Order: sequence, then structure tokens, then C-alpha cells
Amino acid sequence: KNLINSWQMRKLNEDETKTVFEKLMKYIGDNVRTLLERTDHQYCFRLHRDRVFYIREDVLKCGVAVPRKNLISSGTCIGKFTKTGKFKLLITSLPILAAYAKYKVWIKPNSEQAFLYGNSVTKQALGRITENTPSFAGVVVYGMNDMPLGFGVAARSTAECRRAQPISNVVLHQSDIGEFIRNEVDLLT
Amino acid sequence: MGKRDFKTLQEKRPGRKSRKQKDPTEVQTSAKLLSRKSKTRFAKRLAKKRELNSTEERLESGESVNGKSEASRLTHDWVESDDEGEDTALDIEKESSESDESDGELVEEEDGTDRVESFDEDSEPLDDEYTDEPTEPSSKSVSTNLQLGGGTIETSTPDLESLTARIKETMEVLSDFKSRRDPDTPRGDYLDLLAADLANYYNYNTYLIRDVIMEIFPLNELLEFLEANEVDRPVTLRTNTLKTRRRELAQALIGRGVNLDPLGDWTKVGLVVFDSPVPLGATPEYLAGHYVLQGASSLLPVVALAPQEREKVLDACAAPGMKASYIAQLMRNTGVLFANDASKERIRAVLGNLHRLGVSNAVVTNLDARNVHRSNRNFDRVLVDAPCSGTGIIAKDPSVKTSKSQEDILGLAALQKELLLAAIDACDAKSRTGGYVVYSTCSITVEENEWVVDCALRRRDVKLVATGIHFGSPGFTQIRGRRFHPTMNLAKRFYPHKQNMDGFFVAKLKKLSNDKPKAGNKVEEEGDKVGQLNNNNRGEKRKLSEGGEGKKVKSAKKRKGKSGDKLENNKEGNKEVSGDIKSKKRRRKKKKGDKETKEGTDRLKAKLVMKARHFAKKRNAKRKQMKK
Repeated sequence: KNLINSWQMRKLNEDETKTVFEKLMKYIGDNVRTLLERTDHQYCFRLHRDRVFYIREDVLKCGVAVPRKNLISSGTCIGKFTKTGKFKLLITSLPILAAYAKYKVWIKPNSEQAFLYGNSVTKQALGRITENTPSFAGVVVYGMNDMPLGFGVAARSTAECRRAQPISNVVLHQSDIGEFIRNEVDLLT
Repeated sequence: MGKRDFKTLQEKRPGRKSRKQKDPTEVQTSAKLLSRKSKTRFAKRLAKKRELNSTEERLESGESVNGKSEASRLTHDWVESDDEGEDTALDIEKESSESDESDGELVEEEDGTDRVESFDEDSEPLDDEYTDEPTEPSSKSVSTNLQLGGGTIETSTPDLESLTARIKETMEVLSDFKSRRDPDTPRGDYLDLLAADLANYYNYNTYLIRDVIMEIFPLNELLEFLEANEVDRPVTLRTNTLKTRRRELAQALIGRGVNLDPLGDWTKVGLVVFDSPVPLGATPEYLAGHYVLQGASSLLPVVALAPQEREKVLDACAAPGMKASYIAQLMRNTGVLFANDASKERIRAVLGNLHRLGVSNAVVTNLDARNVHRSNRNFDRVLVDAPCSGTGIIAKDPSVKTSKSQEDILGLAALQKELLLAAIDACDAKSRTGGYVVYSTCSITVEENEWVVDCALRRRDVKLVATGIHFGSPGFTQIRGRRFHPTMNLAKRFYPHKQNMDGFFVAKLKKLSNDKPKAGNKVEEEGDKVGQLNNNNRGEKRKLSEGGEGKKVKSAKKRKGKSGDKLENNKEGNKEVSGDIKSKKRRRKKKKGDKETKEGTDRLKAKLVMKARHFAKKRNAKRKQMKK
């Protein structure tokens, strides 16, 4: 993978596109197409160093004139490629995920803080969950006021959740908005 | 009448408050039980008496004392000092302003009556510990200081009480200088003494007080400003309208127990926080990007900039990204926002903030802001929130008090000029909706504010326009002998003691054309000199300004600049516009014409008329273009 040389904003090649879209589809399913085929503007994915950005076309064009070394970011950073070539979604992709999420989980106000510290969601904290969530599906976590808090993986399917004990994990934590404070350095460099 | 009698009150209603109230006569005798304040008051009463006696002796002995003025000063209301500096300073503030208002009060006090309370003069002497308070030596040091003739200032640090007393006295002298001064000591010496004392009291370096703060503020505002720098400004938030509305956010925060209010009439996104049980920088709403903790004054440059949707906007010094995100929210995520900062570490803060707040139209770059115009020249609007000395945010960062020197400020001014010129070059005068550059700093010094904008006005084809902010103090068109462009009063200054927000300066420039006048003109250099006057050359100030002005007048009359607006300015009486090389040639020609015959002068006049018509045509054409 030619990541070291991708100091410029470049299009994703086939393999990279595949990994990114596969990852995204876990959370938003077929809506990945709507990400690219939006009616108001044309958006695209670009790779800069090891990070993938979701950028609008006119923003992208303006950023082209900037020298490569000096361009830090353009549009929204979705995630980054790890050194082994896997794609990791970052919390900065939450606006996109929250807008098109397939499976959603709402947690109770008292347990919001626990999730924001990086803990997984227990059955006790669970407020609502969308019907027919398969187990190990990508899930976006909301507060009861519909505020997106992060995303994770459903440890159990909806049916299993009903039968589960209060202490057991329902959603395995992957990323939450508390990372903006906890993990600033890793997020964006 | 029985109810009015104090003792009967105590008997009838032995409540908590009545138990606290003591019979007035008791207070004087039980000196040991008094609070610290009144103890020091007593000490001063004693000292006052002693001084009165000592001055009488001095007068008799024939030493040079400042006559009636000193005696009257010594019998004045002494400042009630505590070891807590804040209380005493407030008293100075009140009393100096009161003394400024009316002279009558001062005359009355020669009798020695206290304005605040009336104590019997037959009070018992206090214990030794209180009489040993060194008010006597302080008064002596005061008198020696005021006998300045050789210009010596006592810099040895007296204690707080004597400091405050001396500050108060110097200010009184300065407020009515003619009558109260010592005839041998010039005003400068009094000012230097005051500066040294204030610097000592508030922990500033004397350069800042003497050459920066005292140059800008008159005496009655001086203490208010210094006091305001000791206190924090209120905490303010900005709602992120990309994700929420102010009302909903307010409800959510009130639900968490925060006590807040809308910030003011001038903003629809600001909130003031009075107190909060939860940490405001860590609430779920903050993390979700619904609001940002931002000072009220840093909203102002963006309000002035007024970015529209679908524009291309540059924030040249964006870190930590508060103003950049506000710009993006005003643009509703349309158009393009360039958030640039020269520091690689601080640019991460910009990234983090922009992502958290849901900004999707931002290009974040790490360029030196002086080079942005080389790659991109077609911005509709540019915001330059230049790095500055921070003299307006002393309340937030007290280290500024001691760390800034004249070299620092002049160095920063040079950098800021470069930044502003580069920003103007990056802006496109022909943009349909824009062509505006906003320059702002969080400092109050003239070198970093008006001087920088003045330099830009001279070196580029720009003009100042109204910022759109209806409050705030106007920028200086002239201050202490320096003169700036007469439209400089369109710029706005904000102060902590007036608007209760951090010190700020905002100037909005409109770019008229993309042309650059040729650099390296002699007239321009003189103009720079006028702006650049050192405080050391106070005597020479007048000469320079007169000389500079005179030459400028001539050039302005013959000036036929490319932009019509400058001709307009000439009509308004603007004689401060600098000319170019051509104006000198014109001057020479005119001189020749004068020596020649009448015919020659007529021909010249005809030429001038033709030229005027020609440029008037151009001006009208430009106006039409601008209207379109």
C-alpha cells in the first residue's frame, strides 16, 4: 500500500475504496450510495497521508492550490488507514453516520456520562434499540434527546437484548464524542 | 421615640442583628476588639495628627515645602487600606474621581474632618503594634518625592498603604495641575512617579504603564482600566447554529443547572454564564458541538466581517479556531472557508474544533499567512486576527504585565503590517459580494492597531468602512501627536472597563482595486515617520508632523490617484493622503510655471482642468461598476 507517498490529496484506489465502503456499510448499509450521489452537491472521498476525507467538490478544488506539505485537512475526516492497511472510523465521521444510520441505540440520561468515558453500554443503560438489529452490527448511539454520542457494535441482537441481564453489555463501545477531550492528539494528527 | 432609642431596641428585640449592633460609644474604647480596617484608620488618625505637627514645624523652620497644597493633601481623607489590595484600590478610584469632579470638597477637608465617618478627636491611643505602622516614614517619602527638581524618583518600595496614598496624591495634583503643582517639578516627573507607583502596585513593568496605558487613557480612566484587568470577564458561550438553536441550547443547559442569559442585543448566538455546577467544557452538549466557550469580544471581528453564503473566506490566523467556526456557521456550511495558521501545534486545535462543530466546508492549512496570497488571490473576505501583545487580555493572562517591552510591541507591529498587507493582496477587489478585509487584535496599543491600519491605507488601494458594530469606542485619528487617517474613527476599540469584554480592536477595510501603488516613495516614508513617532522625541514631534503635513497637503491637491474615492476624500478635507512619485514631478512643473509668463500659467491651468475632467470621468465609470 502506497500510503507513505500519499502526501497529496488523491483519489482512493480500488482496494482502498473497497475497505472504506465495507466499513461504512456496516453502519449505514446501502446509504453509502447516497453519500456519493447527493443531489445538492457532488461529494467525494480523498486520501491525504493516511486519512480519508469526505469533501464537497468546490472545497476540494480550492484546496488544490495549497502546497501539499501545508494542507492539513479538507472537508470532514472520516477515518484513517492503519499501518496494516485496515480502515478505522474516527469519531469525526459521526455526523455522516448519524444522518444515515441503519441501526440506532438510545441510552438513558444517567448513563450518558459512562458511555462518554469510553465504557460500553449495559442493558441497564439501554433506553431504546431499533427492531431487528442483528448481533455485531454497526450501531450509532444516541442520547434520549436524539443527540448522537458515538458508535459501536451491537453485542446482542434486539431479541437477545430483551432477555439479557442488566449488567451485560448490549453495545460494545468503539468511539464516542468524549474523545475530543480525552484523545485529542491521536484524533487528528 | 422609644423605638428609636438604641438601648430599648436591644432590650425589646434581642435578635441576631441587634446583638451584633454595638453602642457607638463602645466602639472607640474597645480598641482591641476592632476589625483591621478601623484599626488602621485609627493609626492614620494618629499619624495625621503627628504630621500636622511636623509640617507646622517644617514650615516654621523654612524648608521648601509645597505650601498649602501639601498641608491640604495631608489632611485629606486617608485611604482605608487593607492587606487585600482590591479594596483599597477601589477607594482610590472613587476618591480620585470625586476629587476630579469638585474642588470645593477639598477645601473643606483642610479642617481635618473625615468624609466617611466622624470619630472623636479625643480617641484613646492604641496599642503599640498599631501605632508602629509606618505611616510617618511614608509621608516623609511623599514629601521628598514631590520636591523633585532634579527629576529623582524614589523607587524604593514603600508598603501598600503608603503606595496607595502616594498614588492618590499624585493623581490629585495632576487633576488640578496649575494650582497644586510644585513649581520646580515638571508634569512629566509627576507622571513618571505615578507610573512607577502604579507599576509597583499592580505588578506591571513601567514601560507598559508609562508609555502604553498612560498614553491611551486619561487619568480618570486609568485606574478603572487597571482595576478591570484584575478581575475576570464573565464567561460567555457561542451557540453553534449548525447544530442547534440558542433557545434549545439554553434550555438544555438550564436543565443541567447552568445559570445563563442572552449576551446582548447585538448577537443572536451569544450567552453569558453566571454560574454553573457542571464543567462547561465537558458537558455532552459541548462535546456534541452545540456550543463553544468563546469570549464576547472575539465574536466582534466576525460580526464585522459578515461572511455571506457561498463565498470564499480566509481566516489568516485561525488558531484555536473559534472565529473560523463562527464564520463557517454564518456561511451555513456553504462556500469555502480557509482556516490557516502558521503554527503546526496550534493548527490541531483548529482541526479539532472545526470537526467537533460539524464544519464541512473548511480547508485547514498550515501556511505562513504572509504567503497565502501567492497561491490564492480570489478570496471574497479575509479575517486577520493578528498575533499581538495581548495587552487587552491582561485579565486572562497576567504574565503580559511584565513580559512586554517596546521591542516586543514594535516587532509585533512589523509582523502585523506584513500580515495585513498579505491579507489585502489575497482578497479580490472584484468579488461580487465582498472585497472586505477585517483586521483585529486583542491589544489596546496604538502601534499594533491604528498604526498598522494606517500603513495599509497608505500602501494599498483600500479604505476604511464602518464595522457594523454599534457600540464600542472609536479608533484614534490622532493621539499624543501621532496622526492617522481621518477615517480611523470608523474602527472600533473595546475595553474591559467600558464594555466589560476583553480589550479588542476591529477595523474593516474595503478593497477598492487590485492595484498596488508603487512602493518606496519619499512622501510615504515621511508618513511612516509621523505614525512612528517615539515617545522619547516628544519635543520634535511638532516639527515632524508639521513638515509632514505641509508636504502632504501639496501632494493631496495635485493627487490624481487611480481610485475616485481618494479624490472624494480630498474634498472632505483629507490632507493626509500620501502621493506617489508623480506628484513630485507635478510640483516641479508648477514651480517652473510660476516663474514663466502668464501664458504659461494659463496653459498649466488648462492642463490641470483637463486632467481633472479626465479623472472625474474615470471615477464616475468606476462608481458605476461598483454599483453593478
